[in-house]
Amino acid sequence: MTVQVNPEESRIAALSLPSADRVGAEFKRLGHWLMSRVFPPMLVLGVLLLLWEWLCSQPGAALPAPSVMLADTWELIVNPFYNYGGNDVGMGWQVLASLERVAYGYTLAVIAGISLGVLVGKSTWAMRGLDPLFQVLRTVPPLAWLPISLAAFQASHPSAIFVIFITAIWPIIINTSVGVRNIPEDYRNVARVLRLNGYENFTKIMLPAAAPYIFSGLRIGIGLSWLAIVAAEMLIGGVGIGFFIWDAWNASQISDIVLALVYVGLVGYALDGIVGFIGRRVTRGTAA
Amino acid sequence: MNKRYLSIEQVDKTFTRNNTETHVLDKVNLSVAQGEYIAIIGHSGCGKSTLLNIVAGLTSATSGCVILDGKEVNAPGPDRSLVFQNHSLLPWLTVYENVALAVNKVFKHTKTSAERREWVLKNLEMVGMSHALTRLPSEISGGMKQRVGIARALAMEPKLLLLDEPFGALDALTRAHLQEEVMRIQNELNNTVLMITHDVDEAVLLSDRIVMMTNGPNANIGEVLDIKLPRPRSRIELAEDPEYNHYRREVLRFLHEKQKKVETIGARAAVGPTKEVAKSAAQR
Repeated sequence: MTVQVNPEESRIAALSLPSADRVGAEFKRLGHWLMSRVFPPMLVLGVLLLLWEWLCSQPGAALPAPSVMLADTWELIVNPFYNYGGNDVGMGWQVLASLERVAYGYTLAVIAGISLGVLVGKSTWAMRGLDPLFQVLRTVPPLAWLPISLAAFQASHPSAIFVIFITAIWPIIINTSVGVRNIPEDYRNVARVLRLNGYENFTKIMLPAAAPYIFSGLRIGIGLSWLAIVAAEMLIGGVGIGFFIWDAWNASQISDIVLALVYVGLVGYALDGIVGFIGRRVTRGTAA
Repeated sequence: MNKRYLSIEQVDKTFTRNNTETHVLDKVNLSVAQGEYIAIIGHSGCGKSTLLNIVAGLTSATSGCVILDGKEVNAPGPDRSLVFQNHSLLPWLTVYENVALAVNKVFKHTKTSAERREWVLKNLEMVGMSHALTRLPSEISGGMKQRVGIARALAMEPKLLLLDEPFGALDALTRAHLQEEVMRIQNELNNTVLMITHDVDEAVLLSDRIVMMTNGPNANIGEVLDIKLPRPRSRIELAEDPEYNHYRREVLRFLHEKQKKVETIGARAAVGPTKEVAKSAAQR
């Protein structure tokens, strides 16, 4: 009996051999990545959850164990975008409402902060005049601004935005001014030899040269905004993750609070990651 | 040919810091013809860089003036392009963009955008960097960065090319290679060049005239040596050439006998501002 070998088939086999190898290598790399990057945090998280479960299952424990918490909040977890009117909306909406406030306040802080930072970095006179003021004001805790902004705006929404603004602006101003002041002499000489005008100098030399500093300010700023919004919303009420936490506390729904904290943490981490990513893209890897 | 294409007349420079005055340059006079390649050599601290910065317009002279092609120099401009020792490329721009920034500014109204693009590519080709147009400065070697710096300076079509120890930070082989390139380009374009150097061989090999400066403070031009070696020059043939060695010896004698540098800490302090101080003084 003769075995008929289809030439087409054997070619496919020959072709697929190296690619099978490549798939294998790819799997190996993926496996290595999972082992080195995903496994350790998962392990630690698992151990902590077990510890938490064990501690809070003891008689007389004040906080719910993870299993209890999961059961309590299951409705909220699987249904992030329900809307029963008023403050009774899903976690997704709560987070989005907070994010909207942060977006307004932070955007204003970025515009004002970078402008003031450039001014202070460029002008010695502005620096001498404004820097002491900035150094004092930046130590004022975010919530201390809330009563005075409520008094000024007579409304909770703009007050919350103002608190975000005033919290995020200081690191942006200070980092921008340091970045502008530290532009290497060489880059300034390039601008002078080319006779770049004010606008060209600003967009082509100053901003890119200071960008690594500016982005580290922006990153600190977004972190502080997110810290401040949760605290501010607790006081002003309405829809928002901060007020959700306060509301849950008043209703003694401790499980809801824990869930909200997980959301707050994850969103804060994502915001930091997004600003960091934009920074790396804009500065082409020269930023930290 | 205009023998006084560039003339440095009675240039004096005094830096003042904390109420102590340091007289760096004392009435320096120099005339340069169009197309001439001048090397300025001297010990560190003799004010060579200060002189170059005054010609560039980055520092202003305390008294005296610099005249280039009939016009007084009092501010930096693209007619005097610089190549610095530390290349000073903008790290956020690619090789192409670094040169294009200069070309687009200088020829904004005189060339179309297609012509400007062509011109950028031509200059990068001249220094042998066509293969790395999209690379960032951090991704290329020191010698390549210096090539891009030279391309940027040449692309401005300057009346005067100023080289501030352009090969000082490079290893000996790369330096030799770049010197060859500069000689080749100079044969082609016949630029007027003012180059600062510490390297005696480099000065003799590249230049038409070597300006030797006395030690600072109160530095001045000590001697000027005409280098009458025929071009194109080859470093290998010149190594055996008695005339070349004579010039070399002349410069070495000036530097190590007539202007012997005594390096002590006290003397250094007495010399006055270091480069950094001079730079910050220049900013004020």
